[in-house]
Amino acid sequence: MWRDAALVAGKDLRIEARSRVALTQVAPFGVVALALFAFALGPDRTTMAKGAPGLFWVAVLFCTVLAVQRSVSVESADGARDGLRLTGIDPAGLFLGKAAAVGAQLIALEAVLTLGVVLLYGARIQVPWMIVVSCVLGTLGLAVTGTLYGALSAGLRVRETLLPLLLLPIVAPVLLAGTRIWQAAMTGGTPSDGTQWLRLLVLFDAVYLAVGVVLFGPIQETA
Amino acid sequence: MSTPSTADAPTHPPEPAATNTGVTPPPAQSARSRTTERVIGVLALVGTVCTVWLGLWVTPPDRTQGDLVRLVYIHPGVAWVALYLAFGLAAVSSVLYLWPRTRSLFWDRLAAAAVEVGVVFNICTLVSGSIWGKPTWGVWWAWDARLTLTAVLLVLFLGYLALRRIPAEPEVRARRSAFVALFAVIDVPLVHFSVNWWNTLHQGATVLNPGLTLKIHGSMAWTLLLGFAALTLVFVWMLLVRYRIGVLEDWLDANELGAALAERQAEGADRAGGPLAGGHPGDGAPTERVGVA
Amino acid sequence: MAPVAPSPSAVSLRDAVALSGRFPLLAGVDLEVAVGETVLVEGPNGAGKTSLLRVCAGLVPLASGSLAVLGLDPVRHRTAVRRRVGLLSHASHLYDDLTVRENIRFGVRAAAGDPARIDPACERWGLTGRLARTPAAKLSAGQRRRVALAVLTARWPEVWLLDEPHAGLDIVARGLLDEAVAEASAAGVTILIASHEPGAAEALAHRAVTVTGGRVTAERTLRPSESAAGADGPVADGPDQAGTTDGAGPSVEPDERPTGAVPGGADASGWVAHVA
Repeated sequence: MWRDAALVAGKDLRIEARSRVALTQVAPFGVVALALFAFALGPDRTTMAKGAPGLFWVAVLFCTVLAVQRSVSVESADGARDGLRLTGIDPAGLFLGKAAAVGAQLIALEAVLTLGVVLLYGARIQVPWMIVVSCVLGTLGLAVTGTLYGALSAGLRVRETLLPLLLLPIVAPVLLAGTRIWQAAMTGGTPSDGTQWLRLLVLFDAVYLAVGVVLFGPIQETA
Repeated sequence: MSTPSTADAPTHPPEPAATNTGVTPPPAQSARSRTTERVIGVLALVGTVCTVWLGLWVTPPDRTQGDLVRLVYIHPGVAWVALYLAFGLAAVSSVLYLWPRTRSLFWDRLAAAAVEVGVVFNICTLVSGSIWGKPTWGVWWAWDARLTLTAVLLVLFLGYLALRRIPAEPEVRARRSAFVALFAVIDVPLVHFSVNWWNTLHQGATVLNPGLTLKIHGSMAWTLLLGFAALTLVFVWMLLVRYRIGVLEDWLDANELGAALAERQAEGADRAGGPLAGGHPGDGAPTERVGVA
Repeated sequence: MAPVAPSPSAVSLRDAVALSGRFPLLAGVDLEVAVGETVLVEGPNGAGKTSLLRVCAGLVPLASGSLAVLGLDPVRHRTAVRRRVGLLSHASHLYDDLTVRENIRFGVRAAAGDPARIDPACERWGLTGRLARTPAAKLSAGQRRRVALAVLTARWPEVWLLDEPHAGLDIVARGLLDEAVAEASAAGVTILIASHEPGAAEALAHRAVTVTGGRVTAERTLRPSESAAGADGPVADGPDQAGTTDGAGPSVEPDERPTGAVPGGADASGWVAHVA
C-alpha cells in the first residue's frame, strides 16, 4: 500500500511539476480571492485583520476545490482512470497517494496565502506554532475528504458544480476549527483555547483517513 | 439464471433478466400495504387536525410569549422528524445497502425517500424557527448552534439529492448515494461539536429550547405529545408514498431495459438490415464515463 | 475415443449480461477460452466486442450470468485478476504531461511488473532516444498505441485482451505486433483479439468467434491449437455455422465440444457463483 501510495503521489507531483497548474493558476486565484475579500470588507485594515483567520481559511477552501478538481481531471484524459483500475493498484495506496499530492500542493498554497494575509491584511501572528499545526492538520483533512469526494464524482459530467456542493459542507468543521485556532494564535490566546479545536481536527482527520482507506476501493469501482 | 433481483418489499416483482418479452405489467401494490398506507394517512390527518385545533384554540397562551408559544407544537416536532428520524433512517438504510449481506435496492429507495421527505421537514424546521425567532429575538436568523447544524444538514441533504438526479444504473446510483449519505452521517457529529463550541463563545439565547423555560403542563403537554405523534405519522405516510413512487420509477426503468435487451438480441437476428443497422452509437470510443460497447 | 485431459480454462463466460445504464452491452454471452488459446473476436461495430474484453478485464461487472478469468471471479479477486490480465483498449491511458518513458515506467510499476523489462520493451517498440523523452501529449495515435503495447509486453501478463490492436499502426508496427502476438501465443499466453479487420488477425488465431447483438452467434476453427486440441472436436467450418442465431435461447455453439460434458477441470477450478 505505501509503495503504491508513493508511486501515485510521485506521479501526480511530477505532473504538477511539468504542468505547473497549482503554481500558475491556483495560487494566483487564492491571492485574487484575498483581494476580493479586501474589496468587499473595505479598506479599513483593522476589520480585515480581525477577519483574517476566517478569510484565510475560506480562501484555502476555494483552493482545495480547485486542487481536487485538477487532481481528478488528470485521470480523466485518455481514460487514465480505467488504466489505473486495470493495473490492479491497491486502492488504499491510490487514495493515500492522491491525497498526499493534493495535500502537498495545499501546504504550498497555504504558505503563500499566509504571507498574503500578513502583508495585505496586517494580520499579526503571536503564536506561530499554532498556525503551522492548524495548517498541517487542516490540510490533511481537506486533502483526504477532497480526494474521497473527487473519486465519488469522478466520472460525472457535472463534476465541476457537484463537487463543491458536496465537499464544502462536509469540511465545515475544518473551517471552524482552523479559524478558531488562528484567532487564538493571533490574539496570543492561551493554548487551552486552541487544544480542543486541535483535537477536533485530529479526530476529523483520523476518521476520514480511515474511511478513505477502507472505502476507496468500492468507490472506485462504482464510478 | 439469476435475475438482477432484490429482496424487496412484497409490492415488487422480480425484474426481467435477459428475456425477450421486454415488457412486464406494473408492480401491483399488495392489499396489505395499501391498507397500511391508508390507515396511516388517515391517522396522520386526524392527528394533525387535532393538534391544530388544540394548539390554536384550546390551549392557553403563554404568559411571556403569548400566542407565539403555539409554535412549540410544530417546531420541535418537525425538527425531531427532520434531524433524527429522517436523517437517521437515511443513514441506517444507506449502511444496510452498502453492507453486502443486506444489500438490496429496497434500502436504497428507502434512504432516498427518507432524504426527500427529510428535506421538506428540514425546511419547515428552519421556516418555523425563523417565524418564531423574529418576534422573539428580533432577527430572522441567528447563528445559534442548533439552527446552524440544521442548515448544514439541509445542505448535505440537498447534495445527496443532487447526486441522485444524475442518470445512472440503479445499483451504481445507489452505491454512490449510499457513500455520500455515509460520509454525511460521519460528518454530522463533527459538525455538531464544532458548531456548539463555536457558538458557546457568544452566550446567545438557546432559544430553540423554549420548552425548557416554559412550564408545560396540562393540556399543553398533551398537545405537544400529540403534535409529535401526528408529525411522525405524516412523515411515515409521506415516506410510504414516496417509496412506492420509487418502486414505480424503477419498474419503468427496468421495462425499458427489457425492451432494450429484446431489441439488442434482434439486432443479431436480422443483420440484413444494412450496414448501419444494429449499432450502438457509442461503439469504440469510450466516453468519460464507463465505456460503452 | 480416449478421454482427453481437459485444458484449464482461461476465460469462461456463461449467459453473461452486462449493462451500461439501460443499454445491454452483452446480452447473454457464452464463451469458453482455454489457456494458451488465441481467439479472434469478430463482429460489426456496436456488436459488443469491446464490451466483451472490458468485461473479461473486470472493468464492467455482470448484471447476470457468470464469469471466471483464470478460474477467479474478477469482482471478488479484483487485484489478482487485474495483475494477471492485460487490456489494450482504444484509449492508451497515458498521462499527457509525462514523457513516454515515465508513462511506461508508471504503467509497469503500478501493475507490479518487473522494472527490468522496461528497457527491452522500449527497444522493441522503437521508443528510444528523443522519442522516449517526449511528453505523451505530443504523440500521434500510432505512437500512443506503441507505448501501450510496450507496457503490455513489459508486463507480459497471462491473458492479453487486445481491442482493435492493428488500428492506427503503420506497417512496421503491425509487423512488430504480429511478432509479439505470435511470440506470446507460443509462450502459452491466452490472447483475445477483437477486430473487424479479419484478415489481419486471422493468421494469429486458433479460433474465431462472431459477436453480434451482444451475443456470440458463431464460431469457427482457424487452426487447431496444440494444447487440448481435443476440446475442439470435429472441425466445423465457418460458412455452415455462421448466422445460425435465432435469439430464442443461449448462443448456438457448433458441436466443437460436447455440451453436456463440461471439462471437469474447468468445474473444479473454482466456478464463480452466479452474479446476483
